[in-house]
Amino acid sequence: MASPLFRWLLLFLFCLALVLASPFLPWLAAFPQGWTLPLADVLNTWALPVFDILQGPGRALAAGLDLPLRGLRAALEWLPWPALAGIVVLLALRASGWQLAVVAIIAQAGIVAGGYWPQAMNTLAIVLMSLPPAVLIGFALGAAAHRWPRIEPATVAALDVMQTLPAFAYLIPLLILFGFGPAPGLVAGVVFAVPPMVRNTILGLARVPAEVVEAAQMCGATSGQLFWLAKVPAARSQLLVGVNQTVMASLSMVIIVAVIGGFNDIGWEVLSAMRGAELGRSLMSGLVIVAMAILLDRITLGFASPGRTTILGQKKFRIAFGAFVIAGVVTRLILPEVTFLPDALGRNLARSIDATLMDFVVATGPFFAALRDGLNYGLMLPLRIGLLGAATPTVWGFTLMPWMIAAYAIVFAGGAFILWRRTPTLAIAILFVGLALATGITRFPWPGVVAMALVAAWASGGPRLFAMTSGALGLIIFGGLWAAFTQSAYLTALAVVLCVLIGGALGLLAAENDRASAILRPINDALQTMPQFVFLIPALMLFRVGEFTALIAIMLYAIVPPMRYVEHGLRNVSPALVEAAVQMGATRSQLLWQVKLPLARPVIRLGINQTIMAAISMLVIAALVGTRDLGQQVFIALGKADLGLGLVAGFAIALLALIADRLLRD
Amino acid sequence: MPETDQNSIDRHRNVKLQCRNVWKVYGPRPDYYFDAKGYRIEPELLAARLTAEGHLPALIDASFDVHEGEIFVIMGLSGSGKSTLVRCLSRLIDANHGTIQLDGQDLLAATPRELIEIRRHKMGMVFQSFGLLPHLTVLENTAFPLKLQGMGLAEREARAREMIRLVGLDGREASYPSQLSGGQQQRVGIARSLAVGPDLWFLDEPFSALDPLIRRQMQDEFLRLQDQLKKTIVFITHDIMEACRLADRIALMRNGRIIQIGTPAEILLSPADEYVAEFTAEVALARVIRAGDLAVAAPMSEATAEISADQPLEALMSKIGAGHRHFRVLPAGRYPGGYVAADRILAVLGHEAATLAEVG
Repeated sequence: MASPLFRWLLLFLFCLALVLASPFLPWLAAFPQGWTLPLADVLNTWALPVFDILQGPGRALAAGLDLPLRGLRAALEWLPWPALAGIVVLLALRASGWQLAVVAIIAQAGIVAGGYWPQAMNTLAIVLMSLPPAVLIGFALGAAAHRWPRIEPATVAALDVMQTLPAFAYLIPLLILFGFGPAPGLVAGVVFAVPPMVRNTILGLARVPAEVVEAAQMCGATSGQLFWLAKVPAARSQLLVGVNQTVMASLSMVIIVAVIGGFNDIGWEVLSAMRGAELGRSLMSGLVIVAMAILLDRITLGFASPGRTTILGQKKFRIAFGAFVIAGVVTRLILPEVTFLPDALGRNLARSIDATLMDFVVATGPFFAALRDGLNYGLMLPLRIGLLGAATPTVWGFTLMPWMIAAYAIVFAGGAFILWRRTPTLAIAILFVGLALATGITRFPWPGVVAMALVAAWASGGPRLFAMTSGALGLIIFGGLWAAFTQSAYLTALAVVLCVLIGGALGLLAAENDRASAILRPINDALQTMPQFVFLIPALMLFRVGEFTALIAIMLYAIVPPMRYVEHGLRNVSPALVEAAVQMGATRSQLLWQVKLPLARPVIRLGINQTIMAAISMLVIAALVGTRDLGQQVFIALGKADLGLGLVAGFAIALLALIADRLLRD
Repeated sequence: MPETDQNSIDRHRNVKLQCRNVWKVYGPRPDYYFDAKGYRIEPELLAARLTAEGHLPALIDASFDVHEGEIFVIMGLSGSGKSTLVRCLSRLIDANHGTIQLDGQDLLAATPRELIEIRRHKMGMVFQSFGLLPHLTVLENTAFPLKLQGMGLAEREARAREMIRLVGLDGREASYPSQLSGGQQQRVGIARSLAVGPDLWFLDEPFSALDPLIRRQMQDEFLRLQDQLKKTIVFITHDIMEACRLADRIALMRNGRIIQIGTPAEILLSPADEYVAEFTAEVALARVIRAGDLAVAAPMSEATAEISADQPLEALMSKIGAGHRHFRVLPAGRYPGGYVAADRILAVLGHEAATLAEVG
């Protein structure tokens, strides 16, 4: 019974010994630079010649991709905007109804008024171009995995890597292959957008009821007829959900890869505005992205919903569609030069918003600065460099006395000792927390971290996870990324803990209170639809460049899963069990703590898992506003077009995400 | 009635579907056990060996004949192998051993192409959860097998409309399955399975997903349809009452084996073993056994009353109560008719029925 506990206790003693020894053995706290292997350089020397050979075909492909993209872009630019906007409203009507059509009108009016129509169309052009290849490749891979179940595990593993590998990491090889221009962005969009289509194809085909398949077989279907006339149509709804997720993934990626520039799209607009510290402009272009995201999401989702009743029949839709196209073409032919876009309006609007925001930021500056500094010194710094590091005259204004350290040790040891009898797991957790808080996450002796990770991997995932964890840690340690890794771990851990606490509390509130739920739901929807990039804008506006800003941006993105899953888990506890507990005389809080929460645990755990994945995926993007973690390494690599460093850091992040996922899954 | 005469020789009709020593085994290497040619399989020994060696024999040595125009009901509880059996017969799954012949053609030897042709023209199947295609209307669902054959739109829709009328769904042609009740959906399933005009009709627990009242209506409909169409039917059910109502003959299954085959009356009156007896104990004999089941050919001159052969014994109670002791049984349905004595009836129904008669 005590064997796993005993193992962890031993591990704690090992870590404690390391901590005590580290003042005398400096190589324990920070991995010595001299011990690292030139992994990135090796990768570069091996990979670059290969890329040299591939560059010719790569550039040719880029040129081939460029042509239709330019065509589409020119067409979207050439047609007067009212015609295009009208077509979008028609699609909204057909997909969902009046409500969405009104949203479409308002959103597009906003985009035009803000002066961002051309940029929005350029972004749309890349998204639309990436869609057919992503959907076709995804469908083909999904259908293959369905047809030959043996290749499914390998496919799913590849998808995991494709989705967790930070986009910036594979932008580097794409840049080397395709050169600057829209092609690498397009290819990155496709790579990132294929996995959801594959997953939904596999899921949709697997979910076709066995009897539908048998019925088609008994009707004498050939295998081709079975697939195309029975399975695919029966899985239609799930396939369209796949298309929806593909569109959203592509949009998110297209906006991120705008960092390489050169296409005058909306992502570039945000980025250049942020770099110029033009708050109004960055906020407005951010809102344009949100508007685009919401429209694309709701329209594609509307087409995917199975019980869809449309107020606009197919015939009417076609006629109206044709009418808009013809009207647009005719107008353009008659008036070739008129853009119909209000020129000054947008810029004036941006300028006035800019001024207002500046006033707001200046007025509230002291408050937000105090908030930032307070949390920075009170919470983040001690977490990062530990109590032992923070309690110095320069930081906290006093020096730690030996008796203080003794008191600290006694409090934690005593707490653990008291808890040992009842909940030994918690007691050991407290010991580890006490130790980590003392040294700080980034200064915790690395052999201790390695030992803990490996023991946890072996215990919960067996040899396979152990091998995977060893590989990831090896890559990090010998790749010279240990310092960056600890920064990532600290930032992720802090963001996840805060998200789970705050998001969990909000989710609990939403589960118990219908009004709170009604208020939070649209906020969650909006946060989830937004491309990750957008979260940087408000964080940057209020807190300037820095680690705290990165934390806020990560949290904005990662707070949705705990809210969603906690509410979902609590609300879906079987009503019969709730009734039984109420009948036994449970109070509301007893009901919550002793019935609902324990029953909702698996769902909540899944939510925490999702939170961690979200936080890790946001790390690289948050690196744009200033961190010192793995994400920053990827970003630096992108700046120097350093293929090796980018791949090592990128794979380190992808592996961390996969390991965290596997560790928490069971 | 000429029709009655035809039905009376049911048993002597051609064998439509012949099933001999069919096995279906799940496990790591089921075919290994049926490899050797020429040696005789001892079913019980082999089944025991399979189980011991980590295999699951889902169907053990199933043999029976289904005659033309017969309703052959396969009955058993869940896990008894009845679903496996019907899927082997339709080759939705492949049996590991045995022969299955349809009109003398070996189904297990049919190539995929031949199998598709057989299914397109000779077989129809109805499923427990209907198996309708959600994206097609009632009309399109019914016409689906015809579309697969490549039949033209006008022709297949005309045929489908005919089928829809047959099952009483006219007016709902444009509805989607999700807009129909369970009973209506199963009518579509029936119409679809009949659209190609199959000779052999499989029904896999077709009414089990329906409410009791609807189920009874559908059973009546089914009997009415069969009266018109005279298909050869393999009908799967776990409901003994349903089996007794519909069957010409019942095959009772348990743990992958067929443990008894016979008419409902034979199964009820002379169960093969304890299990069958227990299984059938709850059946109200007076409702299920028909006068024709007990009729003998030898004339009884003292017959004072007449009864149709397809009437249940229940219907005779009042007459027995009124003092009639001998009955002339008039031919009906598959029964040739004859004579029956009250003593025989009372003996069959036992003590409970006897009490009832005295009171009456």
